[in-house]
Amino acid sequence: MKRRDFLKSVSGLAAGAALPAMPQVISTAYADARSETLLIVSEGGPNNLDIHGIGTNVPGYEVSWNCHDRLISHEMKSGPGGVPYYDRDKFKGELAEDFRIDDMSVTFKLRKNAKFHDGTPVTAKDVKWSLDRAVSVGGFPTFQMSAGSLTKPEQFVVIDDYTVRVDFLKKDRLTIPDLAVIVPCIVNSELVKKNASEKDPWGLEFTKQQTAGSGAYKVTKWTAGTEVIMERNDDWVCGPLPKIKRVIWRMVPQAGNRRALLERGDADISYELPNKDFQEIKANGKLNVVSLPFSNGIQYIGMNVTKPPFDNPKVRQAVAYALPYQKIIDAVMFGLANPMFGAAKDKPTEIAWPQPHKYNTDMDKAKALLAEAGYANGFETTISFDLNFAGVNEPLCVLVQESLAQIGIKTTINKVPGANWRTELNKKEMPLFTNVFSGWLDYPEYFFYWCYHGNNSVFNTMSYKSAEMDKLIDGARTAAASGDKAVYDADVKGFVDLAFTDIPRIPLYQPFVNVAMQKNISGYQYWFHRRLDYRALAKG
Amino acid sequence: MLTMIGKRLMFAIPSLIGVVIVTFLLTRALPGDPAAYFAGPAATKEAVEQIRKKLGLDKPLIEQFFRYTNDLAHGDFGNSLTTGQPVAAEIRNRLPASAELTLLGLIVSVVIAIPLGVLAATRPGSWIDHLCRVTTTSGVSLPVFFTGLVLVYVFYFRLGWSPAPLGRLDVFYSAPPTVTGFYLIDTLIARDFEAFRSALSQLILPATTLAIFSLAPIARMTRASMLAVLASEFVRTARASGLSPATVIVTYAFRNAMLPVITTLSMVFSFLLGANVLVEKVFAWPGIGSYAVEALISSDFAPVQGFVLTMAVMYVLLNLVIDILYGVIDPRVRLEG
Repeated sequence: MKRRDFLKSVSGLAAGAALPAMPQVISTAYADARSETLLIVSEGGPNNLDIHGIGTNVPGYEVSWNCHDRLISHEMKSGPGGVPYYDRDKFKGELAEDFRIDDMSVTFKLRKNAKFHDGTPVTAKDVKWSLDRAVSVGGFPTFQMSAGSLTKPEQFVVIDDYTVRVDFLKKDRLTIPDLAVIVPCIVNSELVKKNASEKDPWGLEFTKQQTAGSGAYKVTKWTAGTEVIMERNDDWVCGPLPKIKRVIWRMVPQAGNRRALLERGDADISYELPNKDFQEIKANGKLNVVSLPFSNGIQYIGMNVTKPPFDNPKVRQAVAYALPYQKIIDAVMFGLANPMFGAAKDKPTEIAWPQPHKYNTDMDKAKALLAEAGYANGFETTISFDLNFAGVNEPLCVLVQESLAQIGIKTTINKVPGANWRTELNKKEMPLFTNVFSGWLDYPEYFFYWCYHGNNSVFNTMSYKSAEMDKLIDGARTAAASGDKAVYDADVKGFVDLAFTDIPRIPLYQPFVNVAMQKNISGYQYWFHRRLDYRALAKG
Repeated sequence: MLTMIGKRLMFAIPSLIGVVIVTFLLTRALPGDPAAYFAGPAATKEAVEQIRKKLGLDKPLIEQFFRYTNDLAHGDFGNSLTTGQPVAAEIRNRLPASAELTLLGLIVSVVIAIPLGVLAATRPGSWIDHLCRVTTTSGVSLPVFFTGLVLVYVFYFRLGWSPAPLGRLDVFYSAPPTVTGFYLIDTLIARDFEAFRSALSQLILPATTLAIFSLAPIARMTRASMLAVLASEFVRTARASGLSPATVIVTYAFRNAMLPVITTLSMVFSFLLGANVLVEKVFAWPGIGSYAVEALISSDFAPVQGFVLTMAVMYVLLNLVIDILYGVIDPRVRLEG
């Protein structure tokens, strides 16, 4: 029996080793570290620390936002529910201590005491180099800069060591706001140039792995797909010194575990939880939940207007009357969304976006419209969605499928893998699909320019083209730049009305950004980019 | 012995070449366009083309293949686009995490399954035999992610005995200097006992999850093979000669019953290493399985190829080790080989 005794003692040992490990002895150093450290858990992490890099993902933007400064930033105002909300129209200096907007240029005076993380002072040549970089590297950053008519290095002029002028190519209301988004961040030009190569003149390989900024935080450790550790930059001068000393950001792929971590009090903040979880967390009141609508963002059903049957406006209107709007809000979003449907018949169009349209679920009307269009017996089509957001998209499409079946439209659901979604969107061949669009810059004409204009950008997923629409959108852009309010208002009303009668895409709802945090965490701010700003957060 | 190892390795070469070709073609056949994916949501057609060029995806397939094999020959597995890191470095960092978890899970499993199988075989039809049947069947029937989630729910969320499922170490401990990559060993080398305890307590739940899942093949195989051996003539002779039951079972029967068990073990190990993706997801484990799956989802070729190749090499090495072990256990294999 010796062998069995041996085995017994081995398994006994294993069990014994397990027990003492369980109770957590909290030393004082450990507790101190805890109170000054913020532990964030989320599903995905950055793939690149530099927003100028190739294919930097959205979590990467959060690192860039907190570790770099920009020339200017937005003021805060009180938003829905009293949550601090960025003020679209008010700007303040960040690296710039002062700035003056003239007719065709803006001049920035830099703070003289601002330093990069390695101690070198931030000067005008760094600003110029960084802005040159943003308009030159190609891909997303260059595209975003061009949205504010910032396209040429010649636009950025060094006046002296601490003064920079940005020249306007043309009058554009979006130029100043575009200088306050994440992309025009200021990087340490000397440090990056030292690590650049002939093949990589902008040093993208170097800044992919480390932050070379002057921001309030710096990345001290990054293990891709596992964690990011950021320490406060105690020499930061562009705002009040942040209260959080250290940010640990861990990737926890399992949504259930993220919720468990929050409820057990181990993690401080999490987003990207399923709507159902957020709703339950909200209801049981142990944690604070902030839910705010995406600024300038809408989930919609799109239809390809170049091909039958959706080339017929009557068919599109029929679909708009057949969608189960309220069911989607209740069963898919668990109420965490602003309805974008069913406005009162006599409600005048507002000069705002997003705003609800006047369609409602009305099967009889839908059937009548479909018959008028010559499809009394319905037709067959496919509805596509992006599997990366299957949590929302899949139930949504099932509800739509069920609803459309009632007016004789038979749909097959086409699940498109995330990697393939953009390719499919670019092809512009899907007849019926659901998608989200949200713009950083919160202006109606910005949204319409990308989503409805006949220049057919990738976001005009319906391939919608209308000379009248283009005229109204271009008109509003020009009017906004010159400050002609009457024309602007008329044009905005015009394109919103046209979008609703022609209805190439049917807005469903404005989704919410949901963030759950411990009760002792304060200072959450809503930003257009919808990521966390650690600088304002406090614990305890 | 050495000639055998050499021969074995020679045989492995064609299969590795096959693996390189097949993974290359398979990843290229995946749906999805990495250039469009990494160009970002706002990319224009030109931006996508720019990125395609940067990634070298505009070249003909055959040229891409030669470039790839040339890089491989220089030990360069390419760069992952999703994590932005060189694949070789990532695999080097992540493989120990998976291996440590899998090995521990396998050890726990073996420690439970083999005695259980032996006992069940010596008393067929008894309560212990039924216990063996019930535990193994239920273990293998429960999906691993489900077992994992239940364990997390009970031992972390409800009872609070287990630490937060946040990967290999508590957030506030720093990783030991890398020697083997196994935290349990590295923390001991660094004499950091607190970190050792943290690493161990992080390992318990995921390792148990894996163990529960892998109990069945090992226990059933032990039982079946023991039954066959116990019914054979040399055991009857041993018994008839008046040897004690312990000597008969352990020295004569068990050693002979080991061969199929070892084969099963190697299969279970390699299977677990590749298939513990779900456990890694549940416990936020920075292992190789979750890495490969994420890469696959985003059409990121290099890590997928690197993963499959690493796995192929591991299979070859594992089979080699098993063959050598056969020789140690069973002299007949040595003589014939």
